[in-house]
Amino acid sequence: MAEAKRISTALSIEVVSSLRSGDRVLISGWVYTARDAAHKRMHDLIERGLDLPFDIRGQVIYYVGPSPAKPGRIIGSAGPTTASRMDAYAPALIAMGLKGMIGKGARSREVIQAMIQHKAVYFAAVGGAGALLARSIKEVEMIAYEDLGPEAIRRLKLEDFPAIVINDVEGNDLYLEGVRSYRQEEPKETW
Amino acid sequence: MREIRTDQIIEAVREMCMETNYDLGSEMLRAFEEALQVEESPIGKDILHQLIDNARIAREERVPMCQDCGMTMVFAELGQDLHIVGSHWLDAINGGVRVGYQEAYLRKSVLNDPVHRINTQDNTPAVVHLELVPGDQLKLMVAPKGGGSENMARLKMLKPSDGREGIKQFVLETVSQAGPNPCPPTILGVGLGGTFEKAALISKKALFRPLGAPHPDPDIAGLEKDLLQAVNALGIGPLGLGGRVTALAVHVEVFACHITSLPAAVSINCHAHRHKERIL
Repeated sequence: MAEAKRISTALSIEVVSSLRSGDRVLISGWVYTARDAAHKRMHDLIERGLDLPFDIRGQVIYYVGPSPAKPGRIIGSAGPTTASRMDAYAPALIAMGLKGMIGKGARSREVIQAMIQHKAVYFAAVGGAGALLARSIKEVEMIAYEDLGPEAIRRLKLEDFPAIVINDVEGNDLYLEGVRSYRQEEPKETW
Repeated sequence: MREIRTDQIIEAVREMCMETNYDLGSEMLRAFEEALQVEESPIGKDILHQLIDNARIAREERVPMCQDCGMTMVFAELGQDLHIVGSHWLDAINGGVRVGYQEAYLRKSVLNDPVHRINTQDNTPAVVHLELVPGDQLKLMVAPKGGGSENMARLKMLKPSDGREGIKQFVLETVSQAGPNPCPPTILGVGLGGTFEKAALISKKALFRPLGAPHPDPDIAGLEKDLLQAVNALGIGPLGLGGRVTALAVHVEVFACHITSLPAAVSINCHAHRHKERIL
């Protein structure tokens, strides 16, 4: 397996365009957390023509709702949540300059189209590995919507956060291609 | 008549909420090691290694293995000769959840109802199923159920003529549609028979069986084996990125049904297959 590529946020067009579906990456730098409720609020701001709580250009959103931090720690477990719940909101954010999303599970046709058109990528992190992934989170800052608890928008400083490129700027999709290569019409073995 | 106090229930539930979230247990770790022997996909193998590491970190550091600490499911088997003394037994179960989720820094993911969607802030109420059984003991089975896998569950009232093949197609369709969302490798609980709600209930309870233990009826055990083989031939693999290991086990439970019916339900659990039981 090829070595993981080290990338840093904010993501430039050049870096985004160089990533290919199937690449393993180690992400460093600041990313923003947001999930269902925060996306709904940002969507309402966009509809009303108001500014988002942070400048989204070049940024990466991590779909995560961490567990509470134990005393002496900055964050609890923090693995990705299912990305498709954010599909309704993602194209508008991508059009505004969002360059990357980290989550788990497949994206809609509309989101993939927006990623091709505006040059953005979608990464998957290992779902359910929240204790392991939290080790790559070095700083946490509250940005907005503190009342939403785990769903608030936070800024996380990542260091070598492991992820895999699922959708690239050419419209490739690792979920489709990966499964296609291992699908068996006639099962070969009992497991 | 034998008696237990509700504070014993609170304590047992509190402890199981913590332990299920911190400690994945040996049956799953064994299953990951076995999966590594079968998995051919390099990314799939890498993911299985990450899951083994993740379970070790969670256990050693006493942090939840997954940030989704679930909605708490409790299956209670109450012996008819046991007397529960103290507060209301359901309050005791919810009391255990409340204290456990607070003390263990677990995420509170429960909303008051799906319309108002207000977080109850303490992960209560639990979803509780009570069965009255012979004896004078109370068996409590606790499982935090994550949303990602729960949202992929399905139920279909098949026609009797659909038969075994129809059951298989429904299970395969469910797993295919779920794809990466339920965090494979998964455990599948398949409930066949009964009525609409009974099929769903036995499919969920099937998840509690020791991992991979076959059904006592050899025909049903054969169906489990067939289904597991067919599911793993789909190629979905660890986290849905392609591979040989999509499910670690298929547990089928059956119940009597009406001459016109073939209810089929599929419950899916993610690789954070957390469950513990305690007898009081």
